[in-house]
Amino acid sequence: MQDNYQSSSYKELEQKSKYTNIFLRWFLYFVLILFASYFIFPLYVMVVTSLKTMEEIRQGTLLTWPSSLNFDSWLVAWGGRGYGAGDTFLRPYFWNSIKMVVPAVFFSTFIGAMTGYVLTKWRFRGDQWVFLFLLFGCFIPFQAILLPMARTLGTLGISNSVVGLVLVHTVYGIPFTTLFFRNYYISVPTELVKAARIDGAGFFKIFFKILLPISAPIIVVTVIWQFTQIWNDFLFGSTFSFGEAAPIQVALNNMVLSSTSVKEYNVDMASAIIAGIPTLIVYVLAGKYFIRGLTSGAVKG
Amino acid sequence: MAFFLIKKIFTMFKWLEKNLPKIVMAPAVGLIGWFVYGFVLWTLYISFTNSKILPKYELWGFGQYEKLWASRKWLISVDNLLVFTALFLIFCIVIGIILAIFLDQKIRAEGVLRTIYLYPMALSFIVTGTAWKWILNPTLGIQKMFIDWGFENFTFDWLVNREMAIYTIVIAGVWQSAGFVMALFLAGLRSVEDEIVKAAKIDGAGLFTVYWKILLPMMRPVFFTSFVILVHISIKSYDLIVALTQGGPGISTTMPALFMTQAAFHKSQVGLSAASAMMMFMAVAAVIIPYLYSELRRENAR
Repeated sequence: MQDNYQSSSYKELEQKSKYTNIFLRWFLYFVLILFASYFIFPLYVMVVTSLKTMEEIRQGTLLTWPSSLNFDSWLVAWGGRGYGAGDTFLRPYFWNSIKMVVPAVFFSTFIGAMTGYVLTKWRFRGDQWVFLFLLFGCFIPFQAILLPMARTLGTLGISNSVVGLVLVHTVYGIPFTTLFFRNYYISVPTELVKAARIDGAGFFKIFFKILLPISAPIIVVTVIWQFTQIWNDFLFGSTFSFGEAAPIQVALNNMVLSSTSVKEYNVDMASAIIAGIPTLIVYVLAGKYFIRGLTSGAVKG
Repeated sequence: MAFFLIKKIFTMFKWLEKNLPKIVMAPAVGLIGWFVYGFVLWTLYISFTNSKILPKYELWGFGQYEKLWASRKWLISVDNLLVFTALFLIFCIVIGIILAIFLDQKIRAEGVLRTIYLYPMALSFIVTGTAWKWILNPTLGIQKMFIDWGFENFTFDWLVNREMAIYTIVIAGVWQSAGFVMALFLAGLRSVEDEIVKAAKIDGAGLFTVYWKILLPMMRPVFFTSFVILVHISIKSYDLIVALTQGGPGISTTMPALFMTQAAFHKSQVGLSAASAMMMFMAVAAVIIPYLYSELRRENAR
């Protein structure tokens, strides 16, 4: 009898904890989905707005689904309306950004790989200080270098040009790329390098035959990081270029801020999506590497 | 003679080979030395001159700093920065931790949720600002949505409200960066060995206790890293403000970074802008130098 009583109470207790567990589980999912909607909401609004006509925008709300899939504002955002002055559109600036990103990513990644290699495999006296010296460059607020940079680009005759922006982005990318490669190569056993040196392999041979073949993951991380940073940059782009040499983020901002005609929110949203799509694609395709770049002690520049 | 030359070339090669690593390092060190350290010193110098449109090089003392701290606009910038930084930090860290802990509970579709939380990090602040500017638009945005849903007296005009506009920047900023904090904490939580959690559970600790008493205290380095990175982002905030409010209405949402570029490139106050840039530099240095110091100590201790 006694036993029976006890076991039934135990069962009750177990039942109760099961219910709280289910409740907690639901609560968990509720909160997670609530936040997911907060994060997805702007993207949804952007896409939906870009597909509506201005008439629909005025009549419906942010969330209303468009009556038809109308890509006109995308075409206007990308290629303009075909009239001359005052017709701003993103296409030429998109190519400016590509022309700026490709060489800047290449050079900064290459230099970072080389310095990372030296700092870990050809160590010399005081190399830690050299690393710290480079690392601090990750953190400086760029406002502290804008004035001299503007002056220098002017003296070199490359202000307001894609070449100037390539130089700027290459230089200020070096601290990050160095950090990435240094942290990666430090975990590669130095014995490998030592053995190769005894076999008579030189500096570059060791790099290209031993280090480079195993560097694929960190190259991907670095390239994605640099690509995202440079594509998304606005400060340098807006300070050192205007008019025709401007990169896409600057052009997007000018388009949205231009108050010449009636505000067309659908075109604004289409423009914003166009400016954001390359980095979004990279993020979706290579999210793992993107996150690795973010979390490996890196700082948003 | 020929022998002499060959010998000379030979020793030169020897020297080159021996110093090759340093030669390879030289461009990076030189570029950073000039473009980072040299330029900061250059800016520092300009801040001590009375430069207007173009840099001048006669020293003028601390005049620009006195002007800066007497400027109402600068004081508003600093005030805004403090408010923004505090709220941005609190919301990003709290949301980031909640999401990380919840995602750590063997959640179905964790990958999808994680992707959703983090995708704003892939977007530029200009894109983010453009999107939020439209959402917060007082006539056609959220306000209209609620009015159309039947809440007829609903008003949400923060974007054009002097008192509230700064909070719209917080909303958009948190949206952009909270997922990043989540990623940092999730990585931190996953790196804790299962045995520790299991042992605590055997001792009768509930899930709440496990996190509050054991796991979160272990996350101290992650807190520290998030703090440093978020403060760093907020001191440098520029793009988001340009895209969302341009410092307005009036100058109610101006911030130091915006103050600096406006003074330099629109108002011909190069000396003053250099002084403001140096203040920003010092603020960042005050946070970063202890961070780098502790990171290096941690690495050396390993």
